[in-house]
Amino acid sequence: MASSAFKISPAQGLSIVIAALILGSAAMVAAWADGFALAPADWQALRFTLLQAGLSAAVSSLLAIPVARALFRRRFPLRGLLIRLLAAPFVLPVVVAVMGLLTVFGRGGPINVGLGWLGLPEVSIFGLHGVVLANVFFNLPLATRMLLHGWQAIPSERFRLAQSLGLPPSTQFRHLEAPMLRAQLPGIFAVILLICLASFAIALMLGGGPKASTLELAIYQSLRFEFDLGRAALLAAVQFSLCAVITLLAAKLTLPQGFGAGLGRSMDSPAPKSWRRLCDVVAIAAAALFLFGPLLAVVIKGVPGLAALPNGVWPAVLRSVVVAVVSALLASAAALIMATGAARNKGKAIELAAMLPLAASALVLGTGLFLLVRPWIAPESVALPITVLVNATLTLPYLFRLLLPEARQLRADYGRLTASLGLPRRTRLRFVTLPRLARPLGYGAGLAAALSMGDLGVIALFAGDGGATLPLFVQHLIGAYRLQQAAAASLILVAVSFALFWAFDRLGSYYADA
Amino acid sequence: MLTLERLVLSQDDFLLTADWSVAAGEKVALIGPSGAGKSTLLMALAGFLPPAQGRILWHGADLAGVAPGDRPLTILFQDQNLFPHLSLAQNLGLGLSPTLRLTPDQAAQIDATLAQVGLAGMGGRKPGQLSGGQQGRAALARALLRARPLLLLDEPFAALGPALKAEMLDLVDEVAQATGAAVLMVTHDPSDAKRFADKTLLVADGVAHPPVPTVDLFANPPQALRDYLG
Amino acid sequence: MHGFSIADQFRRNLEKDMNTKLLAAGLACIASQAAAETPTLTVLTYDSFTSEWGPGPAIEKGFEASCGCDVKFISAGDGAALLARVKLEGKDSKADVVVGLDTNLTADASATGLFAPVAAQPNSLPVPFSDANFIPFDWGYFAFVYDKTKVAVAPTSFAELAASDLKVVIEDPRSSTPGLGLVLWVKDAYGDKAPQIWADLADNIITVTPGWSEAYGMFTEGQADMVLSYTTSPAYHLIAEQDDTKAAAAFTEGHYMQVEVAGKLASSQQPALADQFLAYLTSDAAQSVLITTNWMYPAKTPAEGLPKGFETLVQPAKSLLMTAADAEAARAPAIAEWQAALSK
Repeated sequence: MASSAFKISPAQGLSIVIAALILGSAAMVAAWADGFALAPADWQALRFTLLQAGLSAAVSSLLAIPVARALFRRRFPLRGLLIRLLAAPFVLPVVVAVMGLLTVFGRGGPINVGLGWLGLPEVSIFGLHGVVLANVFFNLPLATRMLLHGWQAIPSERFRLAQSLGLPPSTQFRHLEAPMLRAQLPGIFAVILLICLASFAIALMLGGGPKASTLELAIYQSLRFEFDLGRAALLAAVQFSLCAVITLLAAKLTLPQGFGAGLGRSMDSPAPKSWRRLCDVVAIAAAALFLFGPLLAVVIKGVPGLAALPNGVWPAVLRSVVVAVVSALLASAAALIMATGAARNKGKAIELAAMLPLAASALVLGTGLFLLVRPWIAPESVALPITVLVNATLTLPYLFRLLLPEARQLRADYGRLTASLGLPRRTRLRFVTLPRLARPLGYGAGLAAALSMGDLGVIALFAGDGGATLPLFVQHLIGAYRLQQAAAASLILVAVSFALFWAFDRLGSYYADA
Repeated sequence: MLTLERLVLSQDDFLLTADWSVAAGEKVALIGPSGAGKSTLLMALAGFLPPAQGRILWHGADLAGVAPGDRPLTILFQDQNLFPHLSLAQNLGLGLSPTLRLTPDQAAQIDATLAQVGLAGMGGRKPGQLSGGQQGRAALARALLRARPLLLLDEPFAALGPALKAEMLDLVDEVAQATGAAVLMVTHDPSDAKRFADKTLLVADGVAHPPVPTVDLFANPPQALRDYLG
Repeated sequence: MHGFSIADQFRRNLEKDMNTKLLAAGLACIASQAAAETPTLTVLTYDSFTSEWGPGPAIEKGFEASCGCDVKFISAGDGAALLARVKLEGKDSKADVVVGLDTNLTADASATGLFAPVAAQPNSLPVPFSDANFIPFDWGYFAFVYDKTKVAVAPTSFAELAASDLKVVIEDPRSSTPGLGLVLWVKDAYGDKAPQIWADLADNIITVTPGWSEAYGMFTEGQADMVLSYTTSPAYHLIAEQDDTKAAAAFTEGHYMQVEVAGKLASSQQPALADQFLAYLTSDAAQSVLITTNWMYPAKTPAEGLPKGFETLVQPAKSLLMTAADAEAARAPAIAEWQAALSK
């Protein structure tokens, strides 16, 4: 026992690497600074950042409860498809999604047309409520999916027990579901809070004016326009500290679930009838409309331009797919190592390190890496490897969050059996860890792949000639006024992102069921 | 021979001492009120709880620092003795080859062992498809395959009916005969002890008393046992 | 571009990676021997310049035909990112020429001391232009663009726009060059009264986007009546799409200009070639390409004149442009005023 304190486990090693990557890139930027000061506007940006992130996280997590519960206990045609499609909003590139939201909620959209029929005034989507709406659009599905995992993790034996005892739904909720929610919600809230903290483009596009400034915008401004590296590093430090505090708080609030293991029997428990059924139907229908309306708008807009797409789109697709798949595999491996490591250790260091990238400013990371590699190698020649590395790092927290509860559960349920059988590491990985974690791993890898498809922030500094990824290609089309083709390329981007997500997710389920 | 040498176990404000030995091939029942530390003692033997003081010796060698999987024992927990996502054959296979790379001989051995415990032809099933008794048999089958000289049972059959439990105890007896293993079995049922164990030890009031012949113990029960039996 | 198959592209990328590894392994001599045959001119520019629809491909081809050299583009985001990259690389930049800064950034760029003086080229700008380190290659007027079928009477000044209930979308001056141009436009036209103009405009501005693409996209989606763009934007719709519904509103205050410039880095190993490239950039051949790829006015009108359709564009009564030094000095306070007025 004592000797292991001096050895570094792979999870601890990775934690150090990630912390070094993120803090190191910020340090590289800071090393270039010749002064450190925050502007008064930065404090206002901090306040707005926290306000919009807090509201968005609260609304997303709370709305997810009825939706996830309804999805958990109802069986209906296309339920599986609906659950898979739930990931779609989250994996949409921000600009594409905002355009979809505008089509539905903006001027001339169905909502305002409907209001007009009712003789009500038009509602503007721009403002704090618009920012929250967009953030909820992105994060409600994520929260729902995470909660659904939580519900599914309650062994069906427990529900059967409750039902055999004739417990009414409210009592079942109190004894089975509420403890799960208490265990899951702080983590979910924290993840969404962290995601929204860095949502630079959403706040900027829908915020309606400069009062909707976020820290990330301030970082962008100081790096790109003012070249005030000191301020950028300082702002990055503020963002890190916020992230660290939130992550630690969430870790403190997260309670052990202690349900014990079921035997993995699949069983559908009869769901309550009458008004509860109606509530569930409404929750599912409303969520589906809210989430798929804007998506449908993206499809409708994209189809007309498909025929006129330039040839250059295919190499860009290929490049993006390679980047996405490699990033996803890298992130999955890292998350698996770190989640199983964090489940073994009592300390919070690994957890903190795995969550750090969420608060990392992609811009600071990009600039820091640029400064780091430049003395050794031409930045444009490592554009794709750097993109892979950064995407893998930035998507790690999502995967980690998904895996951690299940890794803990696995350890609680089968840690002793595994140890008493003396299984070597590779057997444990292949026959115990991977099969038990295949579902969240596949889902998480799918998310990571799709998120990597949509990302373009970091590559900008590194881009060489002709090496455009698909999002950059879309950007080029818009820059050349080719908006219809851009809409079509966006549709391809969405379709490919979703196909990747689907493939990974299916693979996970297949492996878990095998 | 298993020797507990002035062993002290402590967990939060719980304390348990033990100082005795169990000879090879002996069958010992651990009896005592719940919460007295019967399971805790087994966990310490299995390597999940390091001793606060004293030593656990196997043939005179200290087991401190020996990983649970490397100890000369097989333990059956109260539940979770089988991985639910693996087939019975795979669950058993883990007892033969921790890498699950099985030779045809080993596969045949697994089939034979399954047949031996009354699960012939069920190697492809998952634990979820089995009854509680069948699960117990499968776990015992793996113990048979591992053939470690010490078998620890932490009430794995507590949930079974009397007839089924009796059957399982007979099976444990067979396994112990076949492997020559000493058995330490936690139970709260005196009839289990009487039926199965050569010796019984009482765990009560922070002490795991040395094992004494079962017949003698129940013929002349100490106060703590009388309290427990009521 | 079109001729390359996917596999071809992929192989080329692989080869690029392989080269990098060889270099890193200390076998640089092999690679450099092969490269020493023809000189390489490295051009640092913003990335829409090098895209399939940007001027990059045609200009590369045109210049390579005469220079006996190999032109290599390195792209970095937008104009502002470009300057950040130049600063980050400092004296050991591999680039010879930087294409795509604008006059709001040139004072800052010159102050780095990283740029070398260049010979002035003849230009046809509507205002006098002189800068020791930079030559203009195209320019445009900022303007609010609208759809004639939806806005019957366009405003003719900021005051009229503020008084109307038209909804406009603008870009953020902290993250985009058109946004900065607008702030300087108001500052240049109204001076101390700029905060009042912003306060009056506040209820017309539905939102502020991070960049031009998002704003223009929102406008074409019908979310706003007008968008801050260029007087030349309607030319694209007219010439490339035969769509004459888009127009730019002419403002009586005059229109602020964006002048895009190119310069030579002092650290360049190919100074003569760099000068040759800058001269080529203002030649008729390159200027004709720029007009219909960047959709801006040429810095020097080519002999054949402007393409048909440009004559329909609004001609501002007055051209506004701060000197590089004035723009540099005005930038931070003007953004602060803008921010304060719109944050109320």
